[in-house]
Amino acid sequence: MIVFTFVGSFWLEVIFKVGVVRRWKRALKSILPVSALFIVWDAYAISQGHWFFDRDQILGIFGPFGIPLEEYLFFLVVPLAALLTIEAVTTVKPHWKKR
Amino acid sequence: MTYTQLAISGVIFALLTDFFFLRTRLITTKRFWTSYAIIINFQLLTNWWLTSRNIVMYSPDAIIGVRIASAPAEDLLFGFALLLLVLVLWEKNRD
Repeated sequence: MIVFTFVGSFWLEVIFKVGVVRRWKRALKSILPVSALFIVWDAYAISQGHWFFDRDQILGIFGPFGIPLEEYLFFLVVPLAALLTIEAVTTVKPHWKKR
Repeated sequence: MTYTQLAISGVIFALLTDFFFLRTRLITTKRFWTSYAIIINFQLLTNWWLTSRNIVMYSPDAIIGVRIASAPAEDLLFGFALLLLVLVLWEKNRD
């Protein structure tokens, strides 16, 4: 599903030339602080058993705080898809830039 | 705290950030809601895939039990808070 989200949004960069990837520093400055916050949430939720993963259906590679690799990728790919989406929307509707 | 409480807190924090802390007021813009309307479809599809196949499971004690496209309703609040915060920072970091 991470690949799906990546492929499903990355074409916006190519077709609409939204330039999110070109502005990767601004993208990272927007994504990383939020990702960090949500990784803390994820770590807490996993430790409290709010949610848990089927070990047979994940890669089985765990990063810090016992969080699966897929979760770390999720918190990079999903925000990037969101940035590509809003930039594509304002590319199609330039008069919405200020609204 | 339960997932329900955290998810509601997350949305409130994101709204406060957009409106008062960083004053981007994205939630008053057409481009935000149009983007959200696009994204939520993919979120529902992804949620459904991950939960209906039990790739991700939730403790019944942590959620209220309302499910939308097989995933806990809390997931939509989680997603909304995540997206709004990222888009608010993107807006704030505009050169």
